[in-house]
This record gives sequence, C-alpha cells and structure tokens, in this order.
Amino acid sequence: MTSATSADAASETQVAKLTADGEKLFAANCASCHGLQAQGTEDAPTLIGVGAASVDFQVGTGRMPMAAQGPQAEKKPVQFTDEQIAALAAWVASLGPGPSIPEAQYLEGDDLATGAELFRINCAMCHNVAGAGGALTEGKFAPALAGVEAKHIYEAMITGPQNMPVFNDANISPEDKANIISYLKYVEESGSPGGLDLGNLGPVSEGLFVWIFALGAIVAITIWLTAKSN
Amino acid sequence: MSTDTATATTAAPAAEQKAPPGPGMRFVNWGANYIEDRTSLSGMVKELGRKIFPDHWSFMLGEVALYSFVVILLSGTFLTFFFQASMAPVIYEGAYPTMKGVEMSAAMASTLDISFEVRGGLLMRQVHHWAALLFVASIGLHMLRVFFTGAFRKPREINWVVGFLLFILAMAEGFTGYSLPDDLLSGNGLRIIDGMVKGVPVIGTWISYLLFGGEFPGEAIVGRLYMLHIMLLPALVIAAIGVHMILLIVNKHTQFAGPGRTQENVVGAPILPVFAAKAAGFFFIVFGVIMVIASTVTINPIWNYGPYDPSPVSAGTQPDWYIGFADGMLRLIPPHLETEIFGFTFTWYILIPIVVLGLFLVVVALYPFIEGWVTGDKREHHIADRPRNAPARTAIGAAGVTFYAVMWAAASSDLIATHFRLSIEWVTHTLQALLILGPIIAYLVTKRVCLGLQKKDREIALHGFESGRIVRLPGGEYIEVHEQLSDYDRWRLVSYEEYAPLMVRPNTNGKITVSTKLRGALSRWFFEDRIAPVTRAEIEASHHGH
Ligand code: HEC
Ligand code: HEC
Repeated sequence: MTSATSADAASETQVAKLTADGEKLFAANCASCHGLQAQGTEDAPTLIGVGAASVDFQVGTGRMPMAAQGPQAEKKPVQFTDEQIAALAAWVASLGPGPSIPEAQYLEGDDLATGAELFRINCAMCHNVAGAGGALTEGKFAPALAGVEAKHIYEAMITGPQNMPVFNDANISPEDKANIISYLKYVEESGSPGGLDLGNLGPVSEGLFVWIFALGAIVAITIWLTAKSN
Repeated sequence: MSTDTATATTAAPAAEQKAPPGPGMRFVNWGANYIEDRTSLSGMVKELGRKIFPDHWSFMLGEVALYSFVVILLSGTFLTFFFQASMAPVIYEGAYPTMKGVEMSAAMASTLDISFEVRGGLLMRQVHHWAALLFVASIGLHMLRVFFTGAFRKPREINWVVGFLLFILAMAEGFTGYSLPDDLLSGNGLRIIDGMVKGVPVIGTWISYLLFGGEFPGEAIVGRLYMLHIMLLPALVIAAIGVHMILLIVNKHTQFAGPGRTQENVVGAPILPVFAAKAAGFFFIVFGVIMVIASTVTINPIWNYGPYDPSPVSAGTQPDWYIGFADGMLRLIPPHLETEIFGFTFTWYILIPIVVLGLFLVVVALYPFIEGWVTGDKREHHIADRPRNAPARTAIGAAGVTFYAVMWAAASSDLIATHFRLSIEWVTHTLQALLILGPIIAYLVTKRVCLGLQKKDREIALHGFESGRIVRLPGGEYIEVHEQLSDYDRWRLVSYEEYAPLMVRPNTNGKITVSTKLRGALSRWFFEDRIAPVTRAEIEASHHGH
C-alpha cells in the first residue's frame, strides 16, 4: 500500500486535474488553518506526509474542516462530495508519501473471532468491548463505532486521529484490520441476542434500568394494589 | 383435634352436615388428618393464619425481595444443570461466531453454551441476573423504608441487623455469581478485589495467594466462588430469611398511625386467607415483571466481553450496581497516596477506601443501637414514624443516602463524562467535593424541610386547612375560611410521640463521666430542633377560639 495505489487506475492527466482541483479546494477551505502549502500554522499541524487516508478520514467523517476549538475535532455532517474529498486527498498525498485510502479487499475479513480478540486487546480500553465508546482524559473521548464506514475504520487505524494511536501493518496486519472491521460490523448488524442492548454500556445501564423500570414498575403496582383496597 | 383440622382444611364441617362428602373431599380430609396426626401442624397454621399484615404500599418491598429470591433460586437451579465451574482451558466450538476457536475456560464456554445452545438458557441467565439486581435493589429500598419510618426501634433492632446481614449476603451472592462466567468484565472485577486484598499491609499478598490458589488469576477461583455461590451463601440467605420472618411474626408488623391503630394492635388483613392469597398474586406479578424484562432486555452480554485475559481492560468496566459504591470510592480517593514504613508499603489509596466503606457499613448495621443510646429511648414502638416527625433521623438518613449516591455515581464517572460532554477530571473533582459537602447539605436541608412540614401539620391540625373560600365580614374585613379536619385525618397528624433530650445526670458515684457528657451532647443535637405534637387541650382551645 503506497500512495501510488489510487493513481494506478486513473490516467496521468486525470490525476493532474484532480490534484489541481484539490489544491483549489484546499486553498479555499483549509489553508486558513493548515497554511497554503499545508505546511501547518499555529492553529493546525502540517499535512505533508499524512497521506490520502488521513484526509479521507478527517474530511469523510466530517471532522475537517474543523469548526470550533474544543477538546477534540468532532464529527459533523460531511461538507464535501466524494469527488471533492478525493481531490483534496490527491493533492495532500502529492505533497509527500503517506498512507493511502484502503482498497475494498482490506475492508472485509473472514475471521470474526480473531477480529474480536484483536479488538479487545488493542481497542477496547478506549472504545469499549462492544465499540460503545469511552472517556479519555481532559474531556476527550473515544467515539462509539457503530455506523462508521468500513474504510474510515481502516483509515482510523492507519492514521491514528488525534488521541488514537497509529496501528501500522507491523502491529496489526491488513488482513487482521479487515477482521476487526468485520467484527465491528457483525456487532452492529446482528444486534444483541438477548434483546435490547441498553447502549452496550454494561452494568451501569443495567443498574439504572433495574431501579427505574423494574423497581419503578413494581412500586407503581404496589401503590395501585394498596390504593384499591383502601 | 378433629375440629382443628377442619378449620385448617377449610369448609370440611359444612360439607359434612349437608351431604356425605365426595371422594375428592374424603381424600382431602383423610390427607389432612394423616398429616395432623403425625405433626400437629394445625395449631401452628391457625396461629400463623391469624397473623395480621397492615396494608401500605411501602410494606410490600420486603416481599418483592423475597419473591425475587424465589425466582433466583428457580432459575439458578436450572443454570447449575449446565454450568461447569472449571477454569480448565478449552477451545470454544459453539455457535457464536465471534468466539469460534477462541481459547477460554470451561466456565466461560459453558456459559456461552447456556446462552446459545441450551434451549431457554439465555432467558434463564437473564432471568437469574435481572432477578439478582432486583433482589438487591428491593432490599435496599426496603431498608430505606424501615429506616425512615423508625421501624428498627425496640423491639425490632435485632431484625434490622438480620436484615442488614441479608443485604451483605445478597451483595456477596451477586458478586460471586457475577464472577462465575470468567469473562473479561468480571475478571477485571476480581482483579480489583485482588488489588484491594494485596493492598492490605503485611498479610495482603499472602491472603491473595490463599484466595486464588496461587498467583492471580490462577485456576481455582471460579470453583471456589461457585461453592460459595450455590451452597454456603444461599444456605446463609435462607437461614437469615427464616430468622427474619420469625422475628417479624414475633415482633408483629409496624403500622402507620391512624384511628383505631395503637401501639397494642395491628390493623390489616390476616395471613389466611386474605393476605396469603394477595401475596401469592403479588409473587406472580413480581415474577411476571422479571420475565418481561428478561425476555426483552439483554443483561451481561458475555459474548461481547470475551474470555478473561489479564491484559485487556475495556472502557466502561463497572461492577453490578450494588458493588458500584465500593468501586466509586476507589475512584474518588486521590491516587499516589502511599508511604513506606519499615520496608512495608502502605497504600493509602486502597486502605482509606476500605476503612471508609467498612465504617459506613458498620454505622448502618448498628444504627438502631446508636440511636437508642443517644435518645435513651427504651419504649417499644409499633407505630411507624412519619419521616418528618423524626427530623434528625430523617436528616441523618438523607445524608447517608447522599454519601452512598455520590460513591455510586463515581463508579460511572467515565460514562457521566462522555454522556454529558464533561471532562472526567472535572467529574471526579466535583464528586470528591460532593462526597464531603453533599451529606452536610442534605442533612441541613432535610431537617429544615421536616420541621417545616411538621409546622404545617400543626397548623392544619389546629386551625384546619385553607379552603380557598374568601369571605367578607360585615366590617369589610376579608378572611379565608379554614376548613376543619375530620377527626380521622387529624389523628394522622397529631399522633406521634414527643421526645426530649437526655438530661446529663451524675452516676451513682456522683460523677459525670465523659461518655455521659458525650451522650448528653449527642442527644441535644438529635433533638435540639423539634416541634411538639399537638395536645388535646390545644385542639380544644383552638376550637373554642373559632
Ligand atoms: C479551524 C481550523 C482548521 C481547518 C479550517 C481545517 N483544519 Fe484540519 N486540522 C486542524 C487541527 C487543529 C488539526 C489537528 C488536531 C485534530 O486533528 O483535531 C487538524 C488535523 C487535520 C488532519 C490530520 C492530520 C494528521 O496528523 O493526520 C487532516 C488530514 C486535516 N486536518 C485536513 C484538513 C482539511 C482537508 C481541511 C479542509 C477541508 C482542514 N483540515 C481544515 C484545524 C483545521
Ligand atoms: C488510546 C485510545 C484509543 C485506542 C487504543 C483506539 N482508539 Fe480509535 N479512537 C480514539 C479516539 C480518541 C478517537 C477520536 C479521534 C477523533 O475524533 O479524531 C478514535 C476514533 C476512532 C474511529 C473513528 C470513529 C468515528 O466516529 O469516526 C475509529 C473507526 C476507531 N477509532 C477505531 C479504532 C480501532 C479499530 C482501534 C483498535 C485497533 C482503536 N480505534 C484504538 C481512541 C482510541
């Protein structure tokens, strides 16, 4: 996986046009923070060498262009079309080599159990075993992973957005990344075998549920029963 | 003898007078006589059947606990048929795809099998776990009811202690059961217990090795917990419930004040047949609520957690709710509090929570005796207090509940942070402050509210309540007509006992000991603000005035 992969299919001129479009879009939307040559400013880091994957992830999940200063850049509705994102990614990728957008073959694995195990070992401490999300320090958090596109999951692993570490191919092979993605998709799509999952938040939501709904229902019944007899 | 039997077996004599009994009735009669001749049970049935239970919704909370325990026993027995309490490693080859081929303990694998292979197994697991959560929750609420109505006072102090033991046993049952599947979540819980045990100076490590049969996690703990969970603890729970019930019958149930309800009687329904029938119906309601929840809401999805492995820890790792207060205390204590003395490390961030939690529980257990000593009250009490009429106790209770609630909230500090978009540090520091300030504020506010309510009651008892009807007097003055209460309603408001602080008196040697002084001071604090109940003379006087 090199930055040349995405260029393989397209002809040289198309790439040149895409890159040129990307440069314009970048100058209009991103340069105020990242600088005209994406060299970085006081407000934002340099993008030279972050690769197409990082741009695709950041812009494709709506994190960039960043709106307000906060503990971390959060997801928003995506502001660009797929072509525009591809253009931005192509231009940033042309600035220096970096991880590229993964191909479809790496987005679906066949070993759910390995995926689950790797997820528990590498990701669950931040994202929770079922991908329900979790708190980090100083108001930062690891988001819930339901509904995230497969390619964005892959890109998150290879680019390590903000407080998330980078999982390069030596840590987790591309096949295993695919297994992790499949595990997350399985959890999301199969639903909980036991019924409502209460947000997969574990004993806290179960405890609240028992106090509010179970005991609440029973107390309501006791009040009703004794009211009748009086 | 034979008449006794007839009473116990309902309607037998009536049938005899009319027509010769049918074969069914003859069998029942024969059966009843057979049992009676060999056990003389009828006397007891008659005695018990005449026990009276007063009617108030809050008196049913203990029943909820009892019935959820029955549900726990039933579903738990089912689970024992399939669960393997072994930590021997096996390769899971069952139906759940994300676990296929994963190495895990036999305990975990059999729990997955119960969930996905055994017919009705998942439902039974969920029934068992939800019923367990409800069991402890209803005990908690029941204890609060007993506390706030002063139903723990003489002669019921011992039963309070027995109930407290049940609360502790229920938590122990819950924790041991929670740990049995040997999944990641419960394994992390055990890890914390292990850490706490090891934090005890000098002997900690030894005890940990003893508990786990070697270095944590070892291969023994699930088997040991299983023994506790299905034999020792249930036996103790059942024994304690037995004592609790016997004492309940001996002491009789408390009741709220009302016309015709005195310290000497109990007004309500007799066990046989009214209360027993109602109770049976109520059992099925509780059972039904648990079933509905268990069949629609997931609990403890171990298939997400995966087998225990010491390295991964999931975000949002929490114990079941009733252990949350302990987890929360650990989260609230500032980290790094450690000193080294003579080569032993004193880990204060573990020792302080253990001491605080221990003291809290001891105070709860001994509260009846503490209050009895402070108030010097040796009278028997069969009329439940309205919480407002014992402002100091109610305020102490509110402070205790606040203290517990803050610890409890701290156990979910991470979820509070993510769900309310706060920083976890901020949440923790706020809760740390609340742990100390919260109970004080709760105490003061509750006491004020109680006194305010008492004043209002007094007003109403003496002058009636505002009817909303404005009348213009001939002189042009406007007044609002006050409606007098009926005698029934007034009864509720005025019948409570009056207390006064203890007098500090010298003992037989003519000395005032330190403990007497302390007692006097505490007693003054307990009673310093109080509103005297309305006296008959006052009521009569106020009526003449109108
Ligand atoms: C308001 C300022 C702002 C704007 C506008 C903005 N960014 Fe960013 N961007 C940041 C900051 C700050 C960071 C670093 C921290 C973070 O990720 O939140 C960042 C990080 C990034 C990264 C990740 C860098 C890495 O190390 O992987 C990429 C890629 C990126 N921005 C792309 C863009 C693109 C493309 C646009 C325009 C569509 C854009 N940004 C607009 C402020 C901005
Ligand atoms: C140290 C904690 C940490 C670990 C470990 C971690 N992540 Fe993350 N992850 C984060 C944070 C923080 C973010 C949010 C970054 C942002 O908003 O830019 C994130 C974001 C993501 C996103 C984007 C979610 C979205 O809503 O767009 C995905 C997907 C993701 N992580 C997957 C993973 C996977 C898969 C692993 C394991 C291989 C993993 N993470 C390990 C902290 C972590």
